[in-house]
Amino acid sequence: MSVSTSLPADVAVTRAEVEDFLYHEAALLDDWRLKEWEALLADDATYYVPPNDDLEGDYKSTLYIISDDRERIHQRIIRVLDPNCHAEFPRSRLCRLVTNVRIMGVEGDLVTVAANFVCYRYRRYQREFVYVGSYRNVLRKTDEGFRIKERRVLLAAHELGQLGSVSFIL
Amino acid sequence: MTGARSYVVDDREKGIFLLDREALVSADVLRGEMQTIFSKCWIYVGHGSELKRNGDFHTRKVAGRPVIFARDQKGQVRCHLNTCRHRGALVCTERKGNARRFNCVYHGWIYNNDGSMARVPGDEAYTEAFDKSTYGLKAPARFESYKDFWFMNLDADAQSLSDYLGEAKFYIDLVVDQSPSGEMEVLAGTQEYDVNANWKLMVENSVDDYHLPSTHSTWLNFMANSGVKVEPPKDPSLVLPTRGIAIDLGNGHFTTDNVNFRGRPVAAWIPIYGEEAKPEMDAIRAELVERLGAARATRVCDTNRNLVIFPNLVINDGSSVTIRTFFPDGPDRMHVTAWALGPVEESESARARRLDAFLTFYGPGGFATPDDVEALELVQQGLANYADDRWSEMSRGMGREGDQLNSDEHHLRTFWRHWDKMMTGARA
Repeated sequence: MSVSTSLPADVAVTRAEVEDFLYHEAALLDDWRLKEWEALLADDATYYVPPNDDLEGDYKSTLYIISDDRERIHQRIIRVLDPNCHAEFPRSRLCRLVTNVRIMGVEGDLVTVAANFVCYRYRRYQREFVYVGSYRNVLRKTDEGFRIKERRVLLAAHELGQLGSVSFIL
Repeated sequence: MTGARSYVVDDREKGIFLLDREALVSADVLRGEMQTIFSKCWIYVGHGSELKRNGDFHTRKVAGRPVIFARDQKGQVRCHLNTCRHRGALVCTERKGNARRFNCVYHGWIYNNDGSMARVPGDEAYTEAFDKSTYGLKAPARFESYKDFWFMNLDADAQSLSDYLGEAKFYIDLVVDQSPSGEMEVLAGTQEYDVNANWKLMVENSVDDYHLPSTHSTWLNFMANSGVKVEPPKDPSLVLPTRGIAIDLGNGHFTTDNVNFRGRPVAAWIPIYGEEAKPEMDAIRAELVERLGAARATRVCDTNRNLVIFPNLVINDGSSVTIRTFFPDGPDRMHVTAWALGPVEESESARARRLDAFLTFYGPGGFATPDDVEALELVQQGLANYADDRWSEMSRGMGREGDQLNSDEHHLRTFWRHWDKMMTGARA
């Protein structure tokens, strides 16, 4: 087999198709259809929520809020769907608005996408939590559509504070 | 003000211990706590490793006081009250940074990072009675450290920190012994979150091993899925798979002390760490055996401790090392800050393993902490009934002879007895 020195050609991608994908996965998360959401993950998917006070730190040397590899995401989904996940039982009602979508770069089949979000989370007794921040998603374009290779959630607040926990998938 | 009354029923003859739930909901009790407990005890401020270079600082609130935790130009660790001597404004508004001086933005008074007064603009307008040199930033009455853990005390007459910590020092030493040089460091990244519950519920929760199977079944499930089968105990008197005890360390401090079953970065391997981690973890253990001897190395590597320094510092040394402190923000809310601690000479791979292990259990996105937070908030919500259901039951293990188990409530009673003594004694 010969070794190719040229890089694979960058895939063609439009903001509209990226937006369609982001809105779709946001709806799955809000509706707690997490098995379907999991099917949108690449085999090497990662999920990061860095600490509010060190958004640029490396997860290998910085204490994150969430730093999941593919297997850990799978375990997280098992956990949050379990009625014994007390922080999410009864389940929060979620509604997230995804906006300001920008394609930041394309490298081969990988598309880096930035977006802002507001995620409203309502618990029983009308307790309301508003998570605000931006997504840095790396999407892999495949024949079956986009797959999430990396999801990075940058929270805007100086500290998690009254938001308490990130007990659902942001 | 509440009266100088006790909030506990402590009947050792019958083996019954009850707590008056008013202690968890009352604004008067909280006022009393601020005047007695938080103004008389040694309160954790920070770890010296957070201030690597001269001029480094962190601002934080400690016992309701905004302070600047700083290292001055001579390398001395300091704690300044973050308030201008002129009109009282905060003189440092950044969370962290490096500065030789702190400037008040209001009238421009400037302080050196050792707290001394540097400049009063237009000081020729004052009379001779105004002695500028006496206008350095104020500091808490006392500020002392043990193994680079820095504490403040607002009571000038308090006993020394070393005497205050007393027997708890043995358990801090077990944590620090993980480092070949005896130096531990706080890692980057701070977890700060509020819990809508009374702060004393976090004290209980941090050391309460009775709740593990019921509150954290999803974590036990995750451990099992990851190859760490946590077998139910064979001894029917145990709640956890290995034996553990709870120890009263005096002065309101206490700890659990149990045989590890959940893996330790230094240095007890579990499958979650991966096969590739085995050689390095063997080397870490070998270093401990060589430095400390086999018995002490086993003590460090194969036992866990959840240590409470009264009133509000928790050091959890188990699946990772966490420093956790929390302050009341009203009777039904607290602000929690948590850090990860590790040996300074840890390799990149060992450090990454430590952080990953931390997140399997701890923190706002961990597989366990959010459920602890939920449990505490459920308690606080239920306590709205306190007037008609007055007493919390905390007698577990009272009839037990000999060692008290970590899944009993001996250590919680230790806390409440000391708390009650301080609260009532202060008004006697």
